[in-house]
Amino acid sequence: MSSDVPTTTSTITEAGAAAKASVAGVDAVPGVSKPDPILTVDHIKRRFGGMTAVDVNHLEVQRGIITALIGPNGAGKTTFFNLITGFDKPSSAPRLIGGPKAGEAAKTTFNGNDVGNTGATKVAKLGMVRTFQLTKALSKLTVIENMRLGARDQPGENLFVSVIKPLWAKREAEITAKAEELLARFKLLEKRDDMAGSLSGGQKKLLEMARALMSDPVMIMLDEPMAGVNPALTQSLLGHIQALRDEGMTVLFVEHDMHMVRHISDWVVVMAEGKVVAEGPSGTVMDDPAVIDAYLGAHHNTDLGDDSLLTDEVAEELAAEVQNEKLTEGETTA
Amino acid sequence: MLAIVAIVLMVSLGSSSAQAATSDPTPAATASATAACATDAATGCLQGTIKLPSGDPAVGIKLAIKGGNLDTTISTGADGKWSQAITVAGPYTITVDTTSIPDGAVLDSAAKNPATVTGALNKNTGFVFKIVGGTTAADGTTTQTPDTDTGTGITFDRFAQQFASGIRLGLLLALAAVGLSLIFGTTGLSNFAHGEQVTLGGLLAYLFANVLGLNLILAAIISVVICAATGYFQDALIWKPLRRRGIGTTQLMIVTIGLSIALQYTYQYFLGASTVRIDQANPVTVDLGPVTLSQQSLISMGIAVIVIALVGWVLVRTRIGRATRAVSDNPALAAASGIDVDRIIRLVWTSATALAGLSGVLLGLVLNGVNWQTGLQLLLLMFAAITLGGLGTAFGALAGAMIIGLVVELTNLVLPGDFKYATALVILILVLLVRPQGIFGRRERIG
Amino acid sequence: MDQLLQTLFAILNSAISPQTAALAIAAIGLNIHFGYTGLLNFGQAGFMLIGAYGFAISIIAGLPIIVAIIIALVAALLFALILGIPTLKLRGDYLAIVTLSAAEIVRMIGRSSLLTNFTGGSNGITGNEYRGPFTDLSFFGNGQLDLGPFKYDLTGSNGWWFIATAWVIVGLLCLFVWAIMRSPWGRVLRGIREDEDAVRALGKNVYSYKMQALILGGVIGAIAGIVFILPSSLQPDSMGRSETYFIFTALLLGGAATVFGPVLGAIVFFAIRLFVQGIAGQFIPSSIMNGQQTEQFAWIVIGVMLMLVVIFRPQGILGNKKELSFDVK
Ligand SMILES: Nc1ncnc2c1ncn2[C@@H]1O[C@H](COP(=O)(O)OP(=O)(O)O)[C@@H](O)[C@H]1O
Ligand SMILES: [Mg+2]
Repeated sequence: MSSDVPTTTSTITEAGAAAKASVAGVDAVPGVSKPDPILTVDHIKRRFGGMTAVDVNHLEVQRGIITALIGPNGAGKTTFFNLITGFDKPSSAPRLIGGPKAGEAAKTTFNGNDVGNTGATKVAKLGMVRTFQLTKALSKLTVIENMRLGARDQPGENLFVSVIKPLWAKREAEITAKAEELLARFKLLEKRDDMAGSLSGGQKKLLEMARALMSDPVMIMLDEPMAGVNPALTQSLLGHIQALRDEGMTVLFVEHDMHMVRHISDWVVVMAEGKVVAEGPSGTVMDDPAVIDAYLGAHHNTDLGDDSLLTDEVAEELAAEVQNEKLTEGETTA
Repeated sequence: MLAIVAIVLMVSLGSSSAQAATSDPTPAATASATAACATDAATGCLQGTIKLPSGDPAVGIKLAIKGGNLDTTISTGADGKWSQAITVAGPYTITVDTTSIPDGAVLDSAAKNPATVTGALNKNTGFVFKIVGGTTAADGTTTQTPDTDTGTGITFDRFAQQFASGIRLGLLLALAAVGLSLIFGTTGLSNFAHGEQVTLGGLLAYLFANVLGLNLILAAIISVVICAATGYFQDALIWKPLRRRGIGTTQLMIVTIGLSIALQYTYQYFLGASTVRIDQANPVTVDLGPVTLSQQSLISMGIAVIVIALVGWVLVRTRIGRATRAVSDNPALAAASGIDVDRIIRLVWTSATALAGLSGVLLGLVLNGVNWQTGLQLLLLMFAAITLGGLGTAFGALAGAMIIGLVVELTNLVLPGDFKYATALVILILVLLVRPQGIFGRRERIG
Repeated sequence: MDQLLQTLFAILNSAISPQTAALAIAAIGLNIHFGYTGLLNFGQAGFMLIGAYGFAISIIAGLPIIVAIIIALVAALLFALILGIPTLKLRGDYLAIVTLSAAEIVRMIGRSSLLTNFTGGSNGITGNEYRGPFTDLSFFGNGQLDLGPFKYDLTGSNGWWFIATAWVIVGLLCLFVWAIMRSPWGRVLRGIREDEDAVRALGKNVYSYKMQALILGGVIGAIAGIVFILPSSLQPDSMGRSETYFIFTALLLGGAATVFGPVLGAIVFFAIRLFVQGIAGQFIPSSIMNGQQTEQFAWIVIGVMLMLVVIFRPQGILGNKKELSFDVK
């Protein structure tokens, strides 16, 4: 099955092996609990008008591994990101009056903190930093200024301190050094003083990711980090992402490129029509006949970023298939 | 756009400047002109503000001032203010020229005319002449209408009267605001020159009905057609090319501010600060139970209701209306599904300016006059209305306009006229606190 | 020729007048809002008015000048808080509408007849009712000083004392803006101007920064209000919506998001007006355009110029096109 998948990094690092091992014994069923979850979400629902974009009953993300979130366009992945990073509020959020029943209200726990009702700023401060599907490079700032903006604990970001340069110059030098190091890693150093707006789409993606790393996040959430990045760079980017994991960071990313997902993720979560329909180790999920037949089907190993392949029909089929699968599973275990 | 306005106004006002001058002898008094009287050790000021019973400023009231080394006649400006610098302290007699008071109003019988005030140097000395509702007979005797409007108590009659005025303002506001909202919805542009479009309608109606002597209805129709044309050409010559250049909406908004400034002063250039009346005849009033409205008001309200209903019908029932709403919803998607977005936007501009023009004509009739800032004063209320309703939703604008209209007029029951607009704006701010997307608005997408 | 020289002198005199300095200061404040942070504040004249009332009324009540200034600035701070709390979490359009409205509310309340005893109603307050304590601070002495085309009293209202103080304030504020905008604080503001969600995702408290910017620019607006009324009188209607538009015009002319843009813009703004008026007055016969009309003609030119600048040179005279970001969301 995987013989036709090009193997790029033949060496699996020690940390990588450990990451895989940490979820080795976990059942591949949606909503399964993990040994050491860093992020736990419950009953998270988001409706837009009559349409339910996200309806996740329970999901845990294991600490220190790379988790991929896949699913057709419109599955609700970006909305799900928005909900857990505080950029959007679940329709099922607890309310003072007329909210959902107790025990059915949305609840999100990150790294031991309840972040269900926390704004985006606070969530980021707690160490969950994200990038956006539509890049948000700050185009009229230079690349290096973009990077510096990502750093934490800057005394000069206080208005009263900012007036006197000596008070913040030292920290500024530190973060500049760090920024240059990261830029070099992402092959952006020669663009250091260019306006971010002048970068190519792929470079902007890289910049956004590098900027997110400036804050030393505990968990980084990447929304389609590879879209538009040229193939040559993709390989080294994959390396970076694995390196992040090896340094102990948790990575959750959305991606359509199945090679990449298979290649670097330790765990895969499949979403369709707002629901988590399958999850498991990449091999297991992507070899799961239900997922393959319905979702990957004949298009297996093709780039699912290609919209033409992702009709509503496919999505519905997928949901139905997985539903059947669950039923049969239920029968056999009973 | 400017050129059109300028040419039209020039042609007419040039020929009629004599008439305009006699009917409105007001010296152009802008903010800077009223600041003319500054006191110092050698100078004092006599000053005051005269208001019509409606609370609007009384423009062009003549006052003869005698005393010290002075013997002069001045008149009130666009804001109803008058002021006279004096260099000699002492008593002055001020006489109001009662013939300069507009029809339907008389000097309060309790007021002294002439009045004597004691002017001092280095000081402002104020004096108030009160004007109340009433009529002047041919022989000069006046009959004062019984005083119902003053008195601070809220009687049912006062409430009913203000409520009716509120509906009237709401309807005329809605006419103008729907267009503003449609433009915002389809192009994302907050058009700060929309108030001037309203003024244009009123001024054109004055031009055709009075200066050129056309029949009022014909004049109104021609005015609205010309206003529509200004919208069409504005989009063709300014907005579409700018959209093509990819100029952002904030930039465009500031362009509309520039346009608004240019138009305001173009109007002033030709008109000065004077208020012109579209219909010179005395308004005939109609009593409906406790409510008294002029015939013109009733007809205007009728027209507004019909036109608003028509706009609603077009938006909901016709293909073009659905296409418009689709563009408002998501221009990219609309374009992808085969809608000619540029054509829709052209249509929106044309109809928005036509509606604004109609609103201006009707306002001119209802308020008994138009001046360069008639629309300007309405712009904030329009913004309040469309924000209240939810930016960019046409029906929200209608509902918002009715609410704002009522709030503005009902405020008069409990607070002095100065606070009329303030309450509407306070309510707007409060609504934003509770429901930021407005009454009918939607939140937008992130990420 | 004489007339041209006169126009030139008028322009030079207006360039150094406290009124121009006041416009420059208001534009410096607006620059913090609009130029650096992307906040659409359409109520800068309201901040000026608040500052002016706060100052004048406090002085008339007999408070020392320092206290009066502090009261004016605190009033502007509170005004910014009231405006910012409901709107800074929303889209930019809302701030625009709320600030525009709130500035009008301040003006309407100020000119209302109910408060005539404090605010002087629609007539406002004459300068000599509050100017005294400031004039007394002068160490310029009495008499007159003529410098070329500039002939002023040393201390009298509109004299050198007023001019010097106004421009020293302008200079200090430029220095201050330069210092804060090169700092990480300024960087966060510029980031917010570009895309506030991106900045939020980096863990910065966007709401708090926007509020700080709104307050800071508003307080500077209040200073502008005080400088504006000191040599003349407090007229509520002279700080209305048009004044806000003129502040925007000055800022955009000079160059938003630049340190000296607002100052240059304010000078150029008045210069253009006087120039157009002077030229029109001289070359167009008064049968075609009378005195009043030349003034209005100059304003029309200003309006058209604002349109052209924004379309063809949005970065203004001093700005750098690459660094200018105009669009706020
Ligand atoms: N602000 C919004 N308003 C209305 N519908 C939305 C909004 N945001 C997302 N949606 C809808 O929710 C669904 C999920 O979208 P999204 O989360 O972007 O999917 P994905 O990232 O998986 O492609 C889509 O059908 C999309 O149209
Ligand atoms: Mg997505």
